[in-house]
Amino acid sequence: MSDQAIVEKLKAKFSSEVLNVVEFRGETTVTVNKEQIVEICTFMRDKFGFNLLCDLCGVDYMGTSPRFMVVYNLYNIATKKRIRIKAPVEEKNANIDTVSTVWGTANWHERECWDLMGIKFNNHPDLRRILMPADWEGHPLRKDYPVQGPDREPYQGRLS
Amino acid sequence: MAANTETMTINMGPQHPSTHGVLQLILELDGEIVVKATPHIGFLHRGIEKLSEHRTYHQTIPLTDRLDYLAPMSNNLGYVLAVEKLLGITDEIPERVQRIRVIMAELTRLKSHLVWLACHALDIGAMTVFLYCFRERECITDIYEKVSGARMTSNYFRVGGLAEDLPDGLEGDIRDFVESMPAHIEEYEGLLTGNKIWQKRTIGVGEISAEAAIDIGITGPALRASGVDWDLRRDNPYSGYEDYDFDVPVREGCDTFDRYKVRLDEMRQSTRIILQALDKLKPGPILADCPKVVLPAKQDVVNNIESLIHHFKIVTEGFKTEPGEIYQGVEAPKGELGFYLVADGSAYPFRMKIRPPSFVNLQGLPQMVEGKLLADVIAVIGTLDIVLGEIDR
Repeated sequence: MSDQAIVEKLKAKFSSEVLNVVEFRGETTVTVNKEQIVEICTFMRDKFGFNLLCDLCGVDYMGTSPRFMVVYNLYNIATKKRIRIKAPVEEKNANIDTVSTVWGTANWHERECWDLMGIKFNNHPDLRRILMPADWEGHPLRKDYPVQGPDREPYQGRLS
Repeated sequence: MAANTETMTINMGPQHPSTHGVLQLILELDGEIVVKATPHIGFLHRGIEKLSEHRTYHQTIPLTDRLDYLAPMSNNLGYVLAVEKLLGITDEIPERVQRIRVIMAELTRLKSHLVWLACHALDIGAMTVFLYCFRERECITDIYEKVSGARMTSNYFRVGGLAEDLPDGLEGDIRDFVESMPAHIEEYEGLLTGNKIWQKRTIGVGEISAEAAIDIGITGPALRASGVDWDLRRDNPYSGYEDYDFDVPVREGCDTFDRYKVRLDEMRQSTRIILQALDKLKPGPILADCPKVVLPAKQDVVNNIESLIHHFKIVTEGFKTEPGEIYQGVEAPKGELGFYLVADGSAYPFRMKIRPPSFVNLQGLPQMVEGKLLADVIAVIGTLDIVLGEIDR
């Protein structure tokens, strides 16, 4: 099934949830509302066979609203197809439902996203920091976290 | 008198010879049975994703060497392919570059699998294999040194090509080594496959079904030993892998022994691929014809003003990309290594997310060891073939 057909079926099922569809370098990215992310992911897995969640991560678009995007890179082992789902998350009260019930592998990915990006995953079975020490303050991959370390001047933009 | 049934919690790592780096496992034991295993990672976190946001695309290549430091060229390959896809120059890459990349990536697979076999066997008590494997690994390290000057952190691939062409005579050296390799693999098999102790320590140990493995995200040889016939080199080919004739070893046993067999068969297939690539290797350019991305030849920089300008611009500011986002996965020795790049149109990655195979594979460890013997934990850590450099990034 082509990416367009998948997107059409997704739109038919979740008409008010699909915000945007972009194709770039042959890869399809579908942006959806975060409210029904678990239902959408379950639909993608059961209906289109995206049985492997390759990767889950957060992206910080500081200065825009909503500030964060949670990105799901999906793969279908049977048809060897990829597709990407994104869900925007507001800065205030940054949270989204966990998809670890859909793919078990999301567990550690979501812990990492919480640890480094500070996005909370509702109903996550074990939402602890994973890479940083348990008593660490702040979320290092946020754009306002200085690359030099926590006690330095905040990031002011690129040098060149 | 009633038996005492209290469980005991012990700490394994982060300084323990068989955790393959700084992995800490909190094990709750009931006698010798593991009740619960909790991995703790992050001791080697260097913030590679954060650092890459403050470096140009080229400056990030050396950081990727330090992910899976036992397979640096595979990481280089995944990263440069991702940047090339982002730039839209995938079709511009010269044939010679693609062939050399495949040769080096497959040598890297051999190198990584040799360290895996050496350490895995050593952990389970077969020390001789360690010495044999490191003997062959040394040959690959020598090849690395000849092409890149470094024995481990190679930093050999460039966006659009290679740092340098192969030195004279190296093709013959690679061919000699690779032709001798199948006999060496027989040697390792002779020491292990029929060995009763090896069989007792591996058959039926660390079993995981195909469904459970996919759910937890396990990829690479560990997934293929659970009966899933999937290899990115064949199924989503990159860098010209579609030109080569090779088999994807798949086994149904789901256990440590079958993962061992799958990896050994993969090494045999790697030698086939390298020999085919050497046969097809023809002289040609080692950099794409993309003057805005690729550094010009030194001779041109001193003789021609356009090249001087390109050189200056690329060195001082790097090259800019279109805004967009891409994901590129490659079949690294340990599984699917993915790079998700978000570009905002500047010379720096806006966000680089690495999907390290070891990180995801390690997540499967608790369900592979819980309810099993403590000694099996050692076998399972070895069979998962983890490298903490890429787990912690």
